[in-house]
Amino acid sequence: MQALALDPYRGEKSLVHHLDPRVKIVITITFILSNVLLPDGAWLAFGLSWLLVLAASHLSGLGWGYVIKRSFIALPFALAAFTIIFTLPGRTLASFDLGPWHLSVSDAGLLRFVSILLRSWLSVQMAVLLAATTKFPDLAHGLRHLHVPAILTAIIAFMYRYLFLLTEEALRLMRARAARSARSPESRNVPLKWRARVAGNMAGQLFLRSHERSDRVYNAMLARGYQGQFLTINPHIMQRADWFAIATILLALALIQFAARWGILL
Amino acid sequence: MLYKPAPLHIPDGFLSVTIAVVSWLITIVLLGIAVRRSRGELGERQIPLMGVMAAFIFAAQMINFPVAGGTSGHLLGGALVAITLGPWAAMLVMTSVIGVQALLFQDGGLLVMGANILNMGLLTALIGYGLYRGVAGRSRSARLITTGVAAWLSVMAAALLACTQLWLSGTSPAGVVFPAMLGVHALIGLGEALISVAAVAFITQTRPDLMEAEKVRARGGYGWVIGGLVIALIVVVLSPLASASPDGLERVAEDLGFLSIAQASPYEVLADYLIPWLGESALSTILAGVIGAAVVAGLAYLIGRSLYKPKKQEA
Repeated sequence: MQALALDPYRGEKSLVHHLDPRVKIVITITFILSNVLLPDGAWLAFGLSWLLVLAASHLSGLGWGYVIKRSFIALPFALAAFTIIFTLPGRTLASFDLGPWHLSVSDAGLLRFVSILLRSWLSVQMAVLLAATTKFPDLAHGLRHLHVPAILTAIIAFMYRYLFLLTEEALRLMRARAARSARSPESRNVPLKWRARVAGNMAGQLFLRSHERSDRVYNAMLARGYQGQFLTINPHIMQRADWFAIATILLALALIQFAARWGILL
Repeated sequence: MLYKPAPLHIPDGFLSVTIAVVSWLITIVLLGIAVRRSRGELGERQIPLMGVMAAFIFAAQMINFPVAGGTSGHLLGGALVAITLGPWAAMLVMTSVIGVQALLFQDGGLLVMGANILNMGLLTALIGYGLYRGVAGRSRSARLITTGVAAWLSVMAAALLACTQLWLSGTSPAGVVFPAMLGVHALIGLGEALISVAAVAFITQTRPDLMEAEKVRARGGYGWVIGGLVIALIVVVLSPLASASPDGLERVAEDLGFLSIAQASPYEVLADYLIPWLGESALSTILAGVIGAAVVAGLAYLIGRSLYKPKKQEA
């Protein structure tokens, strides 16, 4: 199955893989929160945070490159923040003319832009690490322990099971469309309305197939004694290593926050 | 790479903590109601149904059709799923989709997930179901036109709210983000509208039992229609206004003090909002924060409650 390649989990035997999923979720969220709380231009603190990610990805046994290679997914969004360089009031660093506009780069704007990018980039790296070192069912179970409503965690656990199947089905529909469209769909002879209708029919068909599949799944579950809740054989008990990991990271993040403010004072 | 990130999923780092937290509060309250409501409606059936339908939305977002010049139209799905499954179910389904996209693929952040759910899951469900419920039982063309309008508006509403969050966070200047994002999404919304209309037409034709007027109306009260119309009106009025004169918007927000609150860190916000008669103690600061959070949550709860359908007599 082509769609299986979507699953980001990379099975290794490492310290990070063995941590309790709850601990990893809390660490990831706290790390992201810490990044967002860092003031603009706190370079020392950004560097220390990156060291933390690097250490974690080294301990995970995935190698240095894995996380970095996958950390650029949020990069296109940088476009949304790009123009802040020119609009935030500050000292002018450089100015040039671009067509009808006169643009001047301000120091405050550049500082804000680079800081936003760094915050986002660091946060994505930790999230990549979380997904790569935790099996999704464990992740859903960890969320349940963290008091996310049982219905939601059950739905996402279920969604994960059928994600690859339905993605494969969508890809099959698209392959069938390509096979039956002798003319390039970009061709002017094929009206836009027709192209859109075909895509909509595919979505509708996929909807009905999924709807009927959910009926079958429910009946099968009833047949196996389903009573409205999921049972697990993995109890997820906090070990000493879990407490140690979470205490270390929280302490490190507190130090980073302190370093950022201290650095500004200097 | 098979998986492509969508433009509306805000990543971590792009929103200020204050905006992220306020969005989470609204999202949590509405989701809390959705969890309670849908449990009563579907019982234990709901988990397999919504789980598979969430996987469906994820897969359907990959279906695209070429528009012109290398761009392609594709589906967000919030309005479609609200029209076909009802508003509460749609909220849970879209929340799961956005959650899994963030957790598995880092498409959209974790700390800002509340904002992403609010924009793409809750708002789209409100508009999609609200407008469609208003025409349930009317002629086929009325229903399909409303589906298209609702789908287009749902994308515009999500983009408008995302712009507002980015702008209030100090990430994007209003003068750029509103015209750019709304312009792009006016086009993306057309793709959404075309696919949604065709999909609803297909489903109505193949399984008319799923789309019976009686069934559609049973999924939510009349409050949804009013809510949907109000949001639609806001989008229609505010979108051109925000694109044409963002400076005016900026001035209003500045006068009201929104900008400084939204961009400051939470501890700075609390420091500004000490409760006078308690003096400048840590206690009053914490209390101020708690009261602020309670007010936001309470407002969201009241809005959510008004959407309740009056309980049927169960004898």
